Amino acid sequence: MTGHDHDRHHDHDHSELSETELRVRALESILTEKEYVDPVSLDLLIELYEKKIGPRNGVRVVAKAWSDPDYRARLLKDATSAISELDYSGRQGEHMVVIENTPEQHNMVVCTLCSCYPHPVLGLPPVWYKSAPYRSRAVADPRGVLKDFGVTLPDTTKIRVWDSTAEIRYLVLPMRPEGTEGWSEDQLGELVTRDSMIGTGLPRQPGEVA
Amino acid sequence: MAIGPQQAMRAAIAAPGIPRDADGPVFREPWEARAFAMALALHEAGVFTWKEWAEALGAEIKRAQAKGDPDTGETYYQHWLATLEALVAAKGVTTLDNLQRYRDAWDHAADRTPHGKPIELTPGDFE
Repeated sequence: MTGHDHDRHHDHDHSELSETELRVRALESILTEKEYVDPVSLDLLIELYEKKIGPRNGVRVVAKAWSDPDYRARLLKDATSAISELDYSGRQGEHMVVIENTPEQHNMVVCTLCSCYPHPVLGLPPVWYKSAPYRSRAVADPRGVLKDFGVTLPDTTKIRVWDSTAEIRYLVLPMRPEGTEGWSEDQLGELVTRDSMIGTGLPRQPGEVA
Repeated sequence: MAIGPQQAMRAAIAAPGIPRDADGPVFREPWEARAFAMALALHEAGVFTWKEWAEALGAEIKRAQAKGDPDTGETYYQHWLATLEALVAAKGVTTLDNLQRYRDAWDHAADRTPHGKPIELTPGDFE
């Protein structure tokens, strides 16, 4: 499903904000108008935390899938339930799909329409994920985008781009790095990066962690 | 207005029971981080002290627990948000009526915005 699969999933015709999000926005609008808060510095602060808001949940999912073949099978078959086994159920009710990288196929996730993102497992989206250049180029030129991220794949590896929607969120299961036989889940977790689960990066190699 | 990691760390220390790790607060969803950052900004603007904040938040959490809140951490920022709303009203920054008016306007804006388009508030949303 490269590109535009939105007809199926984006068929509701308006955005939805939860009651909580409405209240947060109401407060922020008022405080901004009264110049108590500056949305730019709010964004900057949030950006500081984006890397630590939750990708650790995704890290645990991936590390477990790497070390437990049964879990991996469940994860690929029904990611929503397999992830909720670890207690990170998507509280907004979105359906999770995990796609596996192989030597033949590399997967990359984008939301071409907005910034749908698997918050419960990956936390806050990085700023580039929401940017127009990433959203448009990921589909048109995924190999070029990967190159910008410093990732070069063999020409024989196909790149498939998965377009997130309000209802379906994708998580990439990267390939387990070689030379990690016998590693514990915690050790493996050290190798899992946020970008490797979006597909714009690869996991760290064993030599890169102490 | 300076709101950065140091302010965030101070807030995390001042706020009772805040979900955090060694580097500071941790969040489950974007709105939680926004609510957190707004409290920081209001504190920096002198609207309340961390002592006042901690008391108000503590009282809010107690109230919620008395009403059967499971107190698992999942609802922490719900209490945080309720505290923010109550404090800005108590301090005269705005009124609860005005908060409701803006909430309804955002609801209207969300309803008229197709999925994928950024939701923006316009004067028409207040009518």
